[in-house]
Amino acid sequence: MQPEILSVEHLTVALRGRVILDDVSFVIRRGEFTGLIGSNGVGKTTLLRALLGLESPHSGVITIDGAPRGRSHAAIGYVPQKIALDADVPLRVRDFVALGLDAERWGLPRRTAAHRARVREVLEAVGATHLADQRLSALSGGEQQRVFIAHALVRRPAILLLDEPLANLDPRNVQEIVALLHRLAREHDVAILLSAHEMNALLPVMDRVIYLTGGHCASGPTNEVVQTDVLSALYGHHVDVVQVHGRVFVIAEPNEATDNLPEHPTLTVH
Amino acid sequence: MHWLIAPGFFTSAPVHTALVLSAIAATVCAVVGVFTVLRGMAFAGHALTDVAATGGSGAVLVGASPLTGFLTGAVAGAGAVAVAGGRDARGRDVATGIVLSLATGLSALFLYLDATTSSATGVTQRVLFGSLFSADPSTVLPTLSVGLLALVVTGLTVRPLVLTSLSVELARARGIRVGLVNVVFLATMATAVGLSALVSGSLLSTALLIGPAVAAVRCTTRLSHALVVATALGVGCSWLGILLSYDSYNWMPNNQSLPVSFFVVVTVVLSYAICTWWGTRARRV
Amino acid sequence: MINAWEVGTIVAIVAGVVGFLVVLRGDVFAAHAIPNGAFAGAAGASLVGLSPLLGLGLCSVTAALVISALRRHGQRDASTALVLVLTLASGAALLSQSTQLASSAYSLLFGEILGASATRVLPLLLLAVVVVGVVLLRWRAFVLSAVTPDLAMARGIHQGRLDASFLVVVALATTLTVPVVGALLVFSLMVGPAAAARLLVARPGRSLLVATATSLVVLWGALAAAYWTNWPVGFFVSVGSAGVYLIVRLITHSR
Repeated sequence: MQPEILSVEHLTVALRGRVILDDVSFVIRRGEFTGLIGSNGVGKTTLLRALLGLESPHSGVITIDGAPRGRSHAAIGYVPQKIALDADVPLRVRDFVALGLDAERWGLPRRTAAHRARVREVLEAVGATHLADQRLSALSGGEQQRVFIAHALVRRPAILLLDEPLANLDPRNVQEIVALLHRLAREHDVAILLSAHEMNALLPVMDRVIYLTGGHCASGPTNEVVQTDVLSALYGHHVDVVQVHGRVFVIAEPNEATDNLPEHPTLTVH
Repeated sequence: MHWLIAPGFFTSAPVHTALVLSAIAATVCAVVGVFTVLRGMAFAGHALTDVAATGGSGAVLVGASPLTGFLTGAVAGAGAVAVAGGRDARGRDVATGIVLSLATGLSALFLYLDATTSSATGVTQRVLFGSLFSADPSTVLPTLSVGLLALVVTGLTVRPLVLTSLSVELARARGIRVGLVNVVFLATMATAVGLSALVSGSLLSTALLIGPAVAAVRCTTRLSHALVVATALGVGCSWLGILLSYDSYNWMPNNQSLPVSFFVVVTVVLSYAICTWWGTRARRV
Repeated sequence: MINAWEVGTIVAIVAGVVGFLVVLRGDVFAAHAIPNGAFAGAAGASLVGLSPLLGLGLCSVTAALVISALRRHGQRDASTALVLVLTLASGAALLSQSTQLASSAYSLLFGEILGASATRVLPLLLLAVVVVGVVLLRWRAFVLSAVTPDLAMARGIHQGRLDASFLVVVALATTLTVPVVGALLVFSLMVGPAAAARLLVARPGRSLLVATATSLVVLWGALAAAYWTNWPVGFFVSVGSAGVYLIVRLITHSR
């Protein structure tokens, strides 16, 4: 059993009077690939923000690498969902990744040979070495995402949090990013926690799933959690879990929000 | 060399003062300007100049130095912008604009009172369009101190500043106090605007703050390069402006030289056009 | 003096109508920047002996078309701002060449009661009719493209041409209002009452009426105060506009 690096116990978070997360508990261990699955608006981003210390929980304990949640942790790397980059930003990819080493420090930056070597190393790990000297704003969406992952990894975090990284990518890019993250988890011993509203792209690589709905969650190995009885208990009413050709569909009641309807590639309405 | 540099240029004391003051102002503006452009705060920067005008025109009324007036105005403007909310959004543009036109209205009143109460002529021109050659040499030291302070503060906060410009979320996740960084930066912006108003008058100080910075950003890929290029452009344009203004005394039929600010703006806009063209060419290749 | 009131009324109505459009489109930059071009035009015209109003008009319309073209080709606000600072600087250069120009510079920038009395009513009225006419003619197009630009495009409304016509309208309105309110404060008269009206009334037609009415009240008040104290009209206009806006903001905030 790998050591615990993130533990959440009985977390309750309320925003503007509404309870978003209610008694959420789960554990993440070193090198694990965990998917935080839930439909849009269910509270995935809120949970991630709470883990980052950006939302104050009403109650509950978050423990990171043995220590209680403090101001910021070098143990957590974060890749936010959307970055709007101005075409005028004069920053090279390697400079941006280097910024990940010490962005919060005051004073003029000094880059040593060790820093530069680490930047090269992490750019290679994400497959972005050829982009090192390009302007940050000249990259495509997929390329930018790799660079942001590199930025988050440069301090060797124990866990990497990604907020809906697959949301705006085409299928080929989705596959590439998922494969990249899987490789990072295995080879660099980084735990991955990413949020998504659809889990099929992650099934081949996901070790554990945190399934979030109605403020509650069920967590554990994927094949244990994504079962009719477990999810029905979670939803509070009967749901069907259908497995077809290695893909999983969770079918909730028809009067549920559209996001809970099964996602079949040819029927998906954007 | 006489056709380029009119006689007496290098020995004239007002010219020396002008060169030093403008070099300080241009450097601070270039450095702060690059970050202003990075953070997309060009409108806020422009807005600060309007409030600087109020300070400048008020200063004449109470007999304070122009530098004090411009700086006070700019700082007050920074406070107003901070309250209105920092980054731009449609409704906030309107609100900021209204508060700042109020400042301009006050300038109107102060300038009117200046003209009627004191014997000083051309106050309007001086405050709005600058009068670098009549600057008091004793302002050099305070200008230098204020300028150095602004540069040091920017240098100290450069890393959080860059990250907050790229992604506020990322910055917060790193434990950076984004609000504090914003306030500190607004203060340095106010300083830059105040200094720039001294050189070109409040109406044209935007040119020195934004011009070299935008030009540099369009044709460089590294932040350090952008800062160096912006500073070179800023100081170069200011000095060229001073030279041309001095020379223009001999050009005009009635021996009235053209203002420094006019030449500074022209050279800044030209260098911007050249750098943008260069930048697009380089990127196409 | 009656002349000043007539002129003031025309100016206020035009400012209110055009200001409504400015706030609707959220195009604060145009209302702030086009008067810059106007100033240089007036200065130049004065210097060569032409009517300042003519120079004003030509220069601001040119500025409007240049901005529109720059915008269509994807140039950002920074470049447009620099071009306009350039026109201001040109105005400054012209100013430095003539002492008599210097004395009229103040009233060009901030407005003067004498400026209002001296302007001839008839040409102003004609220009005003043209401006208001254009706005009312293309009313639906303007409102639609401001509120739902995609729908406007689908209905065949050419965004580029509409933007250009909007900016020209602003330029013409500037020409009207500058002699009374001054180049630097035209913005205030256009935007303050309209922004306040928008906070109070949501429907475009009614909002337009409220904006125009408010603008009239502000300008009349400013004229009266300027006449009484001899202080610049522009000062009272900016205080009045800002005051109205802030009061309405406070009222609607507490609802």
